[in-house]
Amino acid sequence: MRGAGFGEFVRRARDAGELVVQPRMGMSDPRRMRAGLLATRAAAATTVGTITLDSYTRVGDWESAELALLEDGSLNGYPIVSHDIATTRRMLAGVQGDGFPIQVRHGSATPSHIVCALMAAGLDASEGGPVSYCLPYGRVPLSESIHNWAQSCELLARLRSVGRDPHLETFGGCMLGQLCPPSQLVAISVLEAMFFHQHGLRSISVSYAQQTNPAQDFEAVYALRRLCGELLADVDWHVVIYAYMGVYPASPEGAQRLLGEAALLAATTGSERLIVKTVAESVRIPTIEENVSALEYAAVTAAQFLPDPDIDALVKADSQIYAEAASLVGAVLNMGTDIGQALQLAFRRGYLDIPYCLHPDNTGRARSYLDTAGRLCWADTGKLPLVDAVVARGARTVTSSELLESLSYVRRKFDSQPIVGSPAEVALEPRGA
Amino acid sequence: MEMTVSVGRGTAVKRDPLVIVTGCSSDSHTWNLVFLQLLLEELGYRVLNLGSCVPEDLLIAECLARRPVLLVVSSVNGHGYRDGMRLISRLRERAELSRMPVVVGGKLGVSGAQSRDQLADLVEAGFDAIFDDGAEGIASFRRLLYSMPQRAIA
Repeated sequence: MRGAGFGEFVRRARDAGELVVQPRMGMSDPRRMRAGLLATRAAAATTVGTITLDSYTRVGDWESAELALLEDGSLNGYPIVSHDIATTRRMLAGVQGDGFPIQVRHGSATPSHIVCALMAAGLDASEGGPVSYCLPYGRVPLSESIHNWAQSCELLARLRSVGRDPHLETFGGCMLGQLCPPSQLVAISVLEAMFFHQHGLRSISVSYAQQTNPAQDFEAVYALRRLCGELLADVDWHVVIYAYMGVYPASPEGAQRLLGEAALLAATTGSERLIVKTVAESVRIPTIEENVSALEYAAVTAAQFLPDPDIDALVKADSQIYAEAASLVGAVLNMGTDIGQALQLAFRRGYLDIPYCLHPDNTGRARSYLDTAGRLCWADTGKLPLVDAVVARGARTVTSSELLESLSYVRRKFDSQPIVGSPAEVALEPRGA
Repeated sequence: MEMTVSVGRGTAVKRDPLVIVTGCSSDSHTWNLVFLQLLLEELGYRVLNLGSCVPEDLLIAECLARRPVLLVVSSVNGHGYRDGMRLISRLRERAELSRMPVVVGGKLGVSGAQSRDQLADLVEAGFDAIFDDGAEGIASFRRLLYSMPQRAIA
């Protein structure tokens, strides 16, 4: 059936009481990429497929991507712009369809070539956002990213005129992977969804990445649902949870328990989709088999939990995270009706400010810390409009070892074996779109 | 020792020798860069942190303008060998930068540890030291840092 896109598939799964699970997966060789997608489809779970692009394609360095293909092909993802369209269409033939939608994941602040390529290949789902694919990932000015993303949204939205239902997911709930307080993750996710809507999309998902304290994560997801309900009229939206994006446990048991908590979070909060992580996450890019195991484990775990029976009340409840997120979103929306321009102004004035983000357009005054319960708190709210909502700890210097301790909190908590050696190795962890 | 944690703001103690910290052109990871900045600042260096996805032309221009005592290249996305080889060749082409100390570290390939041959290639191409991911890598990086001020002053 044509027209039943990514969002429709997720909605049907929700109606059937099933959590959709999804890997992060991208290989440069089309045969291996196809094998990965087929294995995802065949997994004992309700799955959607992923094509993660390589990082040369992400930054628009086609030359390096093509050179790597000519040499040994050892790219860290699928170079959708460099492979010709026929190759990608062959790779996808008989794989994607009504029962198995595929999302292209990339991390680009200059996504128009990527959106053109995915549309030409017959795909219609992607993710990212003008803020979340810019500030954490490089040096492209925020104003350019906003312009590029507006263009790409409008391009993708054209598919609606031919009866398709293109889908975009915000990556704003995952900023920097860790140490961004949940309220700001929620706020950016909602604002990016509103940006997508303003530029023509009607099928949108909002992300939230599992952080360091389960109770705080529950509160954040409910706050996210409440804000979406209030601000995303005329949108078919769902929530996607990301298994922890920071320094991952090194032990297979620890990695699995952490994924299990993400599945519990997704199932209990009525979230519709979950992006999994694997037991190999702490050391390298996972294999197809490791991804399939993670998908099946997450699905089995999620199936053990029903959405909280009080979910409607929990979503409506006033909470600290809702108060902060609503204040951030409100401050941005007050700066103008054009969400892109408002986002740009907000970062310039420090009304949005990502702790530890190195991008030149981030104010860089806000700081976060983990309290003894692992809750992610504000150490310094900088110029964020949170004065009446938050009592910050107060700015003080953070040392390299304190930073590592915070970054590796989850690994320590979930690894049953004590970590040996210098903590420094945990600073160098894979993260990415 | 005066210390700053003004990550990304470029302020620091003026007297101290300058180290440039950078990610590779295709690498979006930043926690490694934030950590390296804090570590270097604690050891008494000024740090210019160029952040992630730094175009090679920008990096070369910054090195020429600021003449750091050390350039630290950190890569964790699996393209470190490829990006590192290209970057070091371009840096060493410039006569002014032919003697600038340059080190690289992180996760340098897509499938875990690098082969001895590839590590040798990186040194041959002009890196002064390579710090593979792990405890031993970071320990030897610290040893290098402790020896750096003398090297910088001399």
